[in-house]
Amino acid sequence: MGFFVDVVLSGVTNGMVFAAIALSLVLISRATGVVNFAQGAMAMFTTFVAYSLLVQGIGYWPTFFVAIAIGFVFGGVVERTLMRPLHGRSPLNPVIVTIGLLVVLEGAAGSIWGNTSRKFPAAFSQSGLVIGTTRVAFSPFDVFIVVAVLVLVAGIVALFRWTDLGLRMRAAAFSPEVARLLGVRVGRLFTLGWALACAAGSLAGLLIAPLTSFSPYYMDLYLIYGFVAAVLGGLVSPIGALLGGLTTGLAISFAGGYIGPDVEPMAALALLLIVLMARPQGLLGGSAARRV
Amino acid sequence: MTTSVSPPPVGDLAPEPSALRRLARSAERLRLPRQPLVRNLIFFVLGGAFFYVVTVSVSAYNDFQIGEIALYAVVLAGLSLLTGLNGQFSLGQGAFMIIGAYALALLQTHAPMNLALELVIATLVAAAAGVVVGLPAARLSPPYLAGVTLLLALGLPQLADQYGSVFGGEQGLTTTTPTAPGSISAEQWLAWIQIFCAMVVVLLLANLVRSRFGRNFRAVRDDEVAASVSGIHVARTKVLAFAISAGCAGLGGALLALSTGVVNVGEFPLSLSIALLAAMVLGGAGSLIGIWWGAVALVYMPTWSTSLSKHLSLGTSAAAYLSDAIFGAVLIVVILVAPTGVQGGVRWVLRRLWVAAVGQQNLRQATDGGERGEERT
Amino acid sequence: MKIRSSRPVRYRSVAAVGAATAVLAAFTGVGGPASSAGAAGTTGVTSDSITIGATVPLTGPAAPGYSEIAPAMNAVFNWVNARGGVYGRKIHYIYLDDKYNPATTAKQTRKLVLTDHIFADVGSLGTPTDLAIQKYLHSEKVPHLFIESGCNCWSTPKYPETLGWQPPYTTTGKILGTYIKANFKDQKVGELYQDTEFGMDVMKGINLELPASQVVSKQTYVVTTLSGAMTTQMAALKAAGAQVVVMATIPAATALAILPAVKLGFHPQYVVDNVGADAPTVGPLLATFTTAATKTKLLAAAAKGLMNGVVTNAYLPPESTATNPWIKAESALLQKYTPTLWAKHGLDGNTEYGVVLAYTFVQALKAAGKDLTRTTLMNAINTKAKSFGAPGLVPLNYSKDVHYGFMGSQVVKLTASAGTYTTPSGTWPVAKAVSPVYVTTTGSGKVTVYKGTEPPVPSEVAKLTAAR
Repeated sequence: MGFFVDVVLSGVTNGMVFAAIALSLVLISRATGVVNFAQGAMAMFTTFVAYSLLVQGIGYWPTFFVAIAIGFVFGGVVERTLMRPLHGRSPLNPVIVTIGLLVVLEGAAGSIWGNTSRKFPAAFSQSGLVIGTTRVAFSPFDVFIVVAVLVLVAGIVALFRWTDLGLRMRAAAFSPEVARLLGVRVGRLFTLGWALACAAGSLAGLLIAPLTSFSPYYMDLYLIYGFVAAVLGGLVSPIGALLGGLTTGLAISFAGGYIGPDVEPMAALALLLIVLMARPQGLLGGSAARRV
Repeated sequence: MTTSVSPPPVGDLAPEPSALRRLARSAERLRLPRQPLVRNLIFFVLGGAFFYVVTVSVSAYNDFQIGEIALYAVVLAGLSLLTGLNGQFSLGQGAFMIIGAYALALLQTHAPMNLALELVIATLVAAAAGVVVGLPAARLSPPYLAGVTLLLALGLPQLADQYGSVFGGEQGLTTTTPTAPGSISAEQWLAWIQIFCAMVVVLLLANLVRSRFGRNFRAVRDDEVAASVSGIHVARTKVLAFAISAGCAGLGGALLALSTGVVNVGEFPLSLSIALLAAMVLGGAGSLIGIWWGAVALVYMPTWSTSLSKHLSLGTSAAAYLSDAIFGAVLIVVILVAPTGVQGGVRWVLRRLWVAAVGQQNLRQATDGGERGEERT
Repeated sequence: MKIRSSRPVRYRSVAAVGAATAVLAAFTGVGGPASSAGAAGTTGVTSDSITIGATVPLTGPAAPGYSEIAPAMNAVFNWVNARGGVYGRKIHYIYLDDKYNPATTAKQTRKLVLTDHIFADVGSLGTPTDLAIQKYLHSEKVPHLFIESGCNCWSTPKYPETLGWQPPYTTTGKILGTYIKANFKDQKVGELYQDTEFGMDVMKGINLELPASQVVSKQTYVVTTLSGAMTTQMAALKAAGAQVVVMATIPAATALAILPAVKLGFHPQYVVDNVGADAPTVGPLLATFTTAATKTKLLAAAAKGLMNGVVTNAYLPPESTATNPWIKAESALLQKYTPTLWAKHGLDGNTEYGVVLAYTFVQALKAAGKDLTRTTLMNAINTKAKSFGAPGLVPLNYSKDVHYGFMGSQVVKLTASAGTYTTPSGTWPVAKAVSPVYVTTTGSGKVTVYKGTEPPVPSEVAKLTAAR
């Protein structure tokens, strides 16, 4: 019984961090139709910057928020300089540019900070909580992860549903030309979309870093599973990203725990195929039918 | 019905043609046959001759590298067809490469036969796998397909490790290239084998692209519903494209297995599949000449960027990382500067030269009725 | 229907082929035809230089830790070259990045052989990567020396110039198994290992010594998809009631196992193969931090706690034995000849490994004599290895039939109460010997005690310490 509980809890923690990455991918994909392969690397870079600040002696919480702010700015800059010129042409090009950015960032991080693996500090204790007489695989830091991601998702949902800005962003994503005609500054909103996404990515990076060995490549696998989570959820809604993340995290945890760690990617693949066969547009994706 | 030869210069005011102009005019008069097959065969022979000349005059290591370029061209040709021409976004070519590689190695271990036959079987096995994956994939739109193929590229190699007794585990399976005849170096012989395969693949695909199938691929990419309404069987077309690209990847993987001499999972990391996609777009998506630029980039860019960063005399580790950064930066810059890839950029430059040589008027006439809409190789 | 003019196509295609020729010719550099081999195995050797090469992971996920080894080796060669080289020949070491991808290894090795004309491949790293070049190096008659891998596959009559160096993984497994059998009789043992040759070969050794009934759980991990803490694996070991957990893990994985175990309140006795038990490498990954509201300082002190008590094996004098004359000399050498590497890593498991491996090669060159050919080098190694005086706890085993170097270890325990030592990455418990030195084979041969001692420090090595 204890093992089952640990598997579930471990799946939930991983699922939430996948959801955070999925959310960043969904934000960009929904706004500009691009899959940002560099999302993980951008988060890695801002987290390395945070690490440098921590080593200098700057407090954890100020560093935390500074890193997220840097992510925000970074996202906006990338959109404005790299993505904007490619707008309107083949959809492949922005994707390849993000791949190039991924390689640049990993190379730059390796150059600047070297490749020794390190440990990144966690905001709270990573010792499991005691329930009854046993310690379970859920620590105060894991609680923080869950809460942080839920707050993030709620915030994005609130932004889109209840604010004017959110409405304009949705309009710009849905139909840029018409939105422009109605006076919406579409370009600026795309930049804002990227900025928000990368801020969310930075948060994910800070949450993930204490869970693994901190090196320039630490986000690579999380990006992949985050992408799977995003696709699973339908690539359109924050709640979809959350659901996709949790499902992916649990699937991998159960596959790894009860079958073996080598089938984890195939388990994720099986899950994805099953869901997409039943609902080709993902769990919460919009309708795929086209009127002719 | 043909467009005519360019008209004579306007009246007597025409200047004495410069040397460049005379060269351009005689190039115009080179009339190659218009049937795609014959034209492509001529390029096949020319290309073969070109490669022969190059491989006998460079060193053994360069021969090895040219062979590598050829094998990556094989994979990129299939990917160009699948993603460039048919619009299916695949990040999983590495998975099909590994299938082809292991198929070849297993054949050589358990049922050795003529290498050509082994390569054909490996290609067919990979193509069959392509059908298996392509069937569900046909229903998926680009981002979802990307997700599925990504996981395939990540998870399939794992299976080889799982069944270590069959696939040799981490030790992998060894492959053998038939001994080179006479005094030809092993690298040169292998390069010829790889180049020959590449030329054959490019020839076949060039013909395919100009055929009914090619038009179907493009039609399905541009608008599935319209294609379906016009009588094209969309799912069958997509699966065919997938199978062909998987077969190409499998052949490329088998050729890589010959290059390395050993097949194991470590040779096909996820980063390979991603690099293949990037190289294809870099060269020029959908272009069968562009794939060669992409293949050259895959083989030579790591070396160039390493030597560039060495010039900056950093410690070896820092230099190695910096070379990665330079690689990525080049990718970004090239796409930003030439969104249609290197081949698109080359075409643009050549067009400017053509205009300079023969004048704007003739250019308009020459391209009249030309490139509307369709992609060129 | 208008048929397109084919002229632009022709012009473009012909021009493209021409341009491609020009580009290729420029970049491939029209060189000569296939290079001819040097006379009778003296490729890479001139009257004043010896060129050797290797392929190692300098970047990529496999690089942390391992990328220190080649620069440490280079420090030894710099020391030798500063004193005039071996018989007047200076050693030129070219090491290339292969990112642990065997296809890249194959390519880089061809560059080393065909373009750089190396005399021998010395100190290439990795099992799949070295397997990829074994046949090629053999066909080119290039000695494939001192492979940085403990695979049981390097000693085979088919490839007589392929030599291992570190103890084969199964010997380590048998020795650790012997220790567990003697000291943890009747305790439940859990296994955690990497899903490759490394993990499986170590566990093969463990299972040769431990009765099957004692092993209650076997858990694995896949190194390519290793991203986060191995919570499910440790939870399974905890649920099975393991009191001893024996691990064949790389350093990152060791940390990713111990951390979730702490989280689960699971504190077994860890017995970890030497590959993943170097305190200065693993320790920083286990550091926990205090997060005061204002200033935060990264503390490795708590790591001392988590690495404390770990049992592992050593075949070289542990770097923590500060009084050992070899350790002093190695530290002095690194400090003088690679100050940046010394400042970053000091003498840790990886740099010590590199120094001793390079020293082994230098001794082999000396033993081969002034008339240096591939044949004389191999003969020297196969006949005189025991007298090289390389600083190991056991002697080198090379002979015509055996292509392994060290084939034994001593079991040590990281014991903070016996002292601590400091490296640039933190302060660590010293390794205290808890067993005699053993030697054994990779098969079912017995584990026997080795009664010899460490070789003495030669005078030129002692000079390093004195000069410090």
